[in-house]
Amino acid sequence: MKAQKQDIQDLYFMDSRFKLLDIAAYLDRVDRHDGEADFRHPAFLSAIQAMLNPAEGLTRAQAVHHAFSDHSTEPVESATIQFAYGAVNPEQ
Amino acid sequence: MKYIEPHGHMVSRTTDDYQRIAMAGCEILCEPAFWAGYDRSSPQGFYDYYRQLTDYEPKRAAKFGIKHYTWLCINPKESEDAGFAREVLQIIPEFLDKPNVLGIGEIGLNKNTKNELAIFEEHVALAKEHDLPILIHTPHLEDKLKGTRLIIDSLKNANVDPSRVVIDHAEEHTMPTVLDNGFWAGMTLYPESKCSLARAIDMLELYGMEQVWMNSACDWGISDPLAIVKCGLEMKRRMYDEDIVQKVIYDNPKKFLSKCPNFLQ
Ligand SMILES: [Zn+2]
Repeated sequence: MKAQKQDIQDLYFMDSRFKLLDIAAYLDRVDRHDGEADFRHPAFLSAIQAMLNPAEGLTRAQAVHHAFSDHSTEPVESATIQFAYGAVNPEQ
Repeated sequence: MKYIEPHGHMVSRTTDDYQRIAMAGCEILCEPAFWAGYDRSSPQGFYDYYRQLTDYEPKRAAKFGIKHYTWLCINPKESEDAGFAREVLQIIPEFLDKPNVLGIGEIGLNKNTKNELAIFEEHVALAKEHDLPILIHTPHLEDKLKGTRLIIDSLKNANVDPSRVVIDHAEEHTMPTVLDNGFWAGMTLYPESKCSLARAIDMLELYGMEQVWMNSACDWGISDPLAIVKCGLEMKRRMYDEDIVQKVIYDNPKKFLSKCPNFLQ
């Protein structure tokens, strides 16, 4: 790789800063609104923790994927939905 | 910038998109059979779709100097009704000799169900019977890790030559397993929910530039038919030389496609 750390910062710092603020504002937005957040919210918060402290052998990106992933190993009996939520729904 | 689109769903795209990708340097485009955004009501609906993929789309692409190829199957989203899927499977063989058919795909899993897996295995058997390569769709989001593992286990049990299989929509958590098992890995560049340009380049840096391709999917969702060339430009911004960019966006897909009997060198 020819690019150095500062080249990567030049290319991606501003964009990542922008995305980080969007995440912070999203969390504020969920906090501010009425009602109960569903399973996606704790999954999101634990993915942030996983990103900050990735398990041994995982990159930060892999740790985030793992936090959102279904870790069961057997095929399910049948599908009740065709889409994916982005996080494991404990009721599915 | 000369490039190959190895996975684009042009039936959901306008003719203007063909013009744009041709102007951007697309020489070859491969279109896997997929879900149409709704469940088709009869096997006849698939029959007409296969006619579109093997007859009409190649002609539409040729108007812009693009060589169009296709992969045939019933996609996993419509495979949950196994009886229906088997009826569709019966009509596929009559299309396999069409000159633009590369192999069986994109087969795979959607919600990792028993029926999806059974129909996946029947497609794999069909590919083996006709000695054709396979293009695989891995499930999205929370289902990808499990689905990729189930798919790899199933292919190993069927003794499929991994060098003739592309496992597509790979991401950071699945790509190492795909490559370590000898399969090709596809990265789908998508403005949302899949893989960004920057992350695709990260994965090339982390997991190597062999047996990988990039595609735009360019389906009916919010997607970008120009994503591959944009990623080529992003690689240049990250100081990659032209020959490396060409390897990833042209030479690599060409190397895999050359394993398909109908692919013209
Ligand atoms: Zn696709």
